[in-house]
Amino acid sequence: MNPANYLILSGLLFTIGATGVLVRRNAIVVFMSIELMLNAVNLTLVTFSRIHGTLEGQIMAFFVMVVAAAEVVVGLAIILAIFRTRRSASVDDVNLLKY
Amino acid sequence: MSAGGAAILAADEHGGAAVHYAAASGAFSLTWLLIALPLAGAAVLLLGGRRTDRWGHLLGTLTAAASFVVGLVLFFGLLDRSGDDRAVSQHLYSWIPVNGFQVDVGLLFDQLSAVFVLLITGVGTLIHIYSIGYMSHDPGRRRFFAYMNLFLASMLLLVLGNNFLVLYGGWELVGLSSFLLIKFWEYKPAAATAANKAFYMNRVGDVGLALAIMFMFSTVGSTNYDSVFGAAAADVIGYGTITAMALLLLLGACGKSGQFPLQAWLPDAMEGPTPISALIHAATMVTAGVYLIVRAAPIFDQTQAARTVVLIIGAVTILIGCVIGCAYDDIKKVLAYSTVSQIGYMFLAVGLGPAGYALGIMHLLAHGFFKAGLFLGSGSVIHGMDGEQDMRRYGGLWRHMPITWVTFGLGYLAIIGFPGLSGFFTKDRIIETALAKGGTSGYIYGGVALLGAGITAFYMTRLFLMTFHGKARWEHDGPEAKHPHESPATMTGPMMLLAVGSVFAGGLFVLGSSMQNWLAPVVGEHGEAHHDISPAVVTALVLVVSAGGFAGAYLRYQLRPVEAVARPDAEVSVVTVAARRDLYANTFNEVVAMRPGQYLTRFLVWADNVGIDGFVRGSAAAVGGLSGRLRRTQTGFVRSYALSMLGGTVLVVGALLLTRAG
Repeated sequence: MNPANYLILSGLLFTIGATGVLVRRNAIVVFMSIELMLNAVNLTLVTFSRIHGTLEGQIMAFFVMVVAAAEVVVGLAIILAIFRTRRSASVDDVNLLKY
Repeated sequence: MSAGGAAILAADEHGGAAVHYAAASGAFSLTWLLIALPLAGAAVLLLGGRRTDRWGHLLGTLTAAASFVVGLVLFFGLLDRSGDDRAVSQHLYSWIPVNGFQVDVGLLFDQLSAVFVLLITGVGTLIHIYSIGYMSHDPGRRRFFAYMNLFLASMLLLVLGNNFLVLYGGWELVGLSSFLLIKFWEYKPAAATAANKAFYMNRVGDVGLALAIMFMFSTVGSTNYDSVFGAAAADVIGYGTITAMALLLLLGACGKSGQFPLQAWLPDAMEGPTPISALIHAATMVTAGVYLIVRAAPIFDQTQAARTVVLIIGAVTILIGCVIGCAYDDIKKVLAYSTVSQIGYMFLAVGLGPAGYALGIMHLLAHGFFKAGLFLGSGSVIHGMDGEQDMRRYGGLWRHMPITWVTFGLGYLAIIGFPGLSGFFTKDRIIETALAKGGTSGYIYGGVALLGAGITAFYMTRLFLMTFHGKARWEHDGPEAKHPHESPATMTGPMMLLAVGSVFAGGLFVLGSSMQNWLAPVVGEHGEAHHDISPAVVTALVLVVSAGGFAGAYLRYQLRPVEAVARPDAEVSVVTVAARRDLYANTFNEVVAMRPGQYLTRFLVWADNVGIDGFVRGSAAAVGGLSGRLRRTQTGFVRSYALSMLGGTVLVVGALLLTRAG
């Protein structure tokens, strides 16, 4: 099977994730879009690992997963804390830090 | 060139008289005490503050007197030494020990400094005593004595230094003390302005002196008297350089001595207390210029051009001082212009070269006595007339102040050259020597000096008659009534002693050419002048001209009444109008120096405000305005930050791809 297809899929996933981050207001959905971007990158890493026949890409994918898990813990905690104080999960409501 | 070699060379040039500076030993190792005593007095009085108010004037007088005693001891020590061994140098400490530039602070006590030390401390002590009485009602008397002591120390440093840099230090310090004393009554705007004026005009001269010293260092490599004079005498300095050096020294001398074209500050300096006018602005400090020229005689001996300039300045100043002296009604202003013109005589004398150096010093010393006496007398009159200085409101004072009348009268007779008194001997000799210079120029200088003697007799007689004789013109009753009275003994005592000096000093100096012989090792042999006109004829001429001046003043101010208040419609000549405005010296200074400076500063302020400040403020405003707009991009919306991050990433990746492709 042509590895280029995997890369195209990965690009599509990344684009969908990035668009989600930019256009959605709900913090949970934004968060999920970020996960989608991370996994698109993971797919790219594994694909290149396969193409070159080396293991570095796969090891890197594991690292990304670990970091993503840690990020989910911190990020969800922040979203929860914001929701508790503001009764809203909209990222546009959190705009105190500006000019 | 070693110092010893220089001294020997200098000796050769001076007609074989050996000029070498012996090391100080015995009593001469105490030379520094001369300066240290008044300096300590000033320090105690200034640092002690009000605690010393009660006895400050006594301490000040005591230190001055002690310094005079030390001066006397050293003078007699000098007399004990042989004639060619009378220059004693004391090394105090190394001031600037830089490689290639060694300046040691050392003192030189020789024939020339000795007479100055005696004049400064002697007249200084008398004026200290006088001031006890004169300043008795002044709350700042202690401060006054502190400044007077400071002045004595500075002036002694000036005349005792053994190199030009130490002289310069004393030169600046006397300028400072003069400034402090002119503005002693600084609540009077006129006094504060006069002090500033004196300070500024002295700066002009001081620049000349400083440049001359730099010239010496760059050409000779030293500022010591022996090295510089040795090099000058050995003719190793080019004619142009040495002329420039001499002219710059002359500029400094003109500034300090109130000579043309820097004479305008001296009459204004009379705003200070009268003892200061007597001590600083008549007897001692203003003669520092004459001292400088005589001290630098080996330099002036090398350059005829500079000497001619000295002569011209002296002659011009004699006339300026005399003419303006006739026009003023303020007693101290007249005396001040008289000082200007008498110092002009000294400049004329020292400009004549070796024939005149000693004559200049003689006239300086005699003038120190009679002018100090005249100023103290005027102070006594002003004291007795409750501060009135206008001679038109005096008159008939001889009956009320007999001691002042007699002592002032003796000083007056001395200055107009009454036969037998000081001025007769010293001024007469200057005129004689100027005429003996030969050629047309000799007749011009001599004629000017002769004319000056006549005008001097005129304005001094006018002053004397208006003050002491004629009808009393002051208010006898009413709120402005004056009660003229004789001054206390502390004031009349010094006046009497100075009157004695005015009578006898001149005769003492000329007796057997004692002063000329005494100074010969320092300034060179005077030699026999060739007289076109015999001295007796000159003396007779001077007497006739002076008598003419006296007669003119007597006819006008004794036989005709003097108006107590000037009539506004009084017709006066053009000369009088000009003289009353100081011959437009102040106008000239204002137009030439002050206004352009003012315009320049105004332009610079404008350029600073508009140009430099505009650039700085403009760039600050530009940055501020720009950041105020850029700030708006920080919206607080996370999604817009994400968009800009994405945009940035796309740009970077795009750039990378483009360069990779290229």
